[in-house]
Amino acid sequence: MSSYVLDFEKPIVELEKKIAEMRAYSVSENMDMEDEIRRLEKKLEKLMEDTYARLTRWQRVLLSRHPDRPYALDYIERLFTDYVELHGDRHFADDPAMVGGVAKLDGDPVMVIGQQKGRTTKQKLHRNFGMMNPEGYRRALRLMHLAEKFHRPVVCLIDTPGAYPGLGAEERGQGEAIARNLFEMAHLKVPILAVIIGEGASGGALGIGMGDRVLMMENAWYSVISPEGCAAILWKKNPSEMIPTAAEMLRVTAPDLLELGVIDEVIPEPMGGAHRNYNAAAQTVKDRIRFHLNALKKLSPAQLIGQRIEKYSKIGFYKEN
Amino acid sequence: MAWFKRKSPGLLAQQKKEMPDGLWVKCDGCGEIIYRKQLAENAHVCNHCDFHFRIQSKEYIELLCDFGTFREIDAKLEPVDFLNFKDSRRYEERLKGAQKKTGLIDAIRTGTAKIKNIPVVFGVMDFAFVGGSMGSVVGEKVARAIDQAMGLKVPLIMVCASGGARMQESIVSLMQMAKTSAKLAQFSDSGGLYIVILTNPTTAGVVASYAMLGDVHLAEPGALIGFAGARVIKQTIGQDLPEGFQRSQFQLEHGFVDAIVHRKEMKNTLVKLITFFL
Ligand SMILES: [Zn+2]
Repeated sequence: MSSYVLDFEKPIVELEKKIAEMRAYSVSENMDMEDEIRRLEKKLEKLMEDTYARLTRWQRVLLSRHPDRPYALDYIERLFTDYVELHGDRHFADDPAMVGGVAKLDGDPVMVIGQQKGRTTKQKLHRNFGMMNPEGYRRALRLMHLAEKFHRPVVCLIDTPGAYPGLGAEERGQGEAIARNLFEMAHLKVPILAVIIGEGASGGALGIGMGDRVLMMENAWYSVISPEGCAAILWKKNPSEMIPTAAEMLRVTAPDLLELGVIDEVIPEPMGGAHRNYNAAAQTVKDRIRFHLNALKKLSPAQLIGQRIEKYSKIGFYKEN
Repeated sequence: MAWFKRKSPGLLAQQKKEMPDGLWVKCDGCGEIIYRKQLAENAHVCNHCDFHFRIQSKEYIELLCDFGTFREIDAKLEPVDFLNFKDSRRYEERLKGAQKKTGLIDAIRTGTAKIKNIPVVFGVMDFAFVGGSMGSVVGEKVARAIDQAMGLKVPLIMVCASGGARMQESIVSLMQMAKTSAKLAQFSDSGGLYIVILTNPTTAGVVASYAMLGDVHLAEPGALIGFAGARVIKQTIGQDLPEGFQRSQFQLEHGFVDAIVHRKEMKNTLVKLITFFL
């Protein structure tokens, strides 16, 4: 159960606690309280349906950042077997904010790459809060080329508050690293499946986010800029008040992106969000990955590349007279 | 030294009264007051300190393409406010304002042209239009310019100037990075030559896509070229940034720019490169 409670989760968590207490009491006192418990469970179900059906875009962003939300390695552990992490970009360093390696999905070899946040303070620092340096992108690219050489599909799990804005990152070409990945991913000869599992902040996310299929979890967000960043630029007088408005304007949620034609599918999460049930969340993700990889493996490299470039070429809204 | 200093103060004062607004301009590099016409004759470069003034597509076309050879393509591609994006102003109004102010439709112009008689596809961004930001129109025009160069089997030259992706088009503007990079991969695979000219400033989303994917990267002296904004970096790392951070020289030293080329030498350099590769 969750250790951190968001404001809109509070009534739900309280009711859950009450039900648990009642159940414990009925056991210890040997009393039949089933009717009352069932009534509360109905109430809880209704409360959750109402709450999650009416989430604002900003509330979804908060869910995507829930401190208990499963991170890339939590999924990797549940989706795959025989995972061997492969470190380093072979040029400068290893980047712990970008993980990845070989793995098997129901026995089939897959190259998995993911952006990794930390949970404890120590881990957070180690993972640089999920913000990659250029080495992270170059490490990911190295793994993609390795997958290509051995004809293995690539699965990318996206969850980042952005590429790291640091001095060293600029010295070593953060922009070039992301650009190079987009360029190379466009004509990679093997299937690429991208899944936005949490935060999809701008170029930092896109740097491993170009795929034959792009899937997005129900409570993930993906945008050109974070709602906070957008509010800071557009509403200089009262940026913090305007963050929820920015999230609305930017249309950051999975259904928004599906409508805009930027993603291919929304992956439903367990009621209340992925952090309430890691295994159930991972099972759905696994089913959808398997489904799409099965479809993609029927395509030749030329078909894959042709369709991938065509897919991205079509994105855009403009008038032509 | 400024030539007007030799004149008597009385004469200068007298001239000042007669001079229409905007005849003079102060150099951001050395603070010298320069005669605007003289600046234009010197490729908009300060003849005292070599500071490269910011110029727009019209000037770059004049400087780099053979006279009268630039034929604009896709000139009728217009931006739309498909998200109904509104902050203090509607995006639609912002676009109209920028169009009125600049006489441009969006932040890039593309076309076919000749450079010392060599046919090319030439793209040039306008920073004056919403900070040269990349939205759907910029992405689509870059993509079509690539297609054009691929079809004609000619080099693609791209003069970049951009503050990054256009926020008012949200995720769709981010996807223009993927779109342009994907088309460039296709162009490269077809053997196409792509030369990037980095001008002041070229940053963020454009740096993380088509500005950093050239076969050759040329930069104007002193141009700001980088991914993250200096202010954000300073806030994040809590220390001052070195002198010349993210300028052309910095990018050259760190290996991301092939050569820093004076604006007056740019055309000759392009010709030398193109004739080597073709
Ligand atoms: Zn000067």
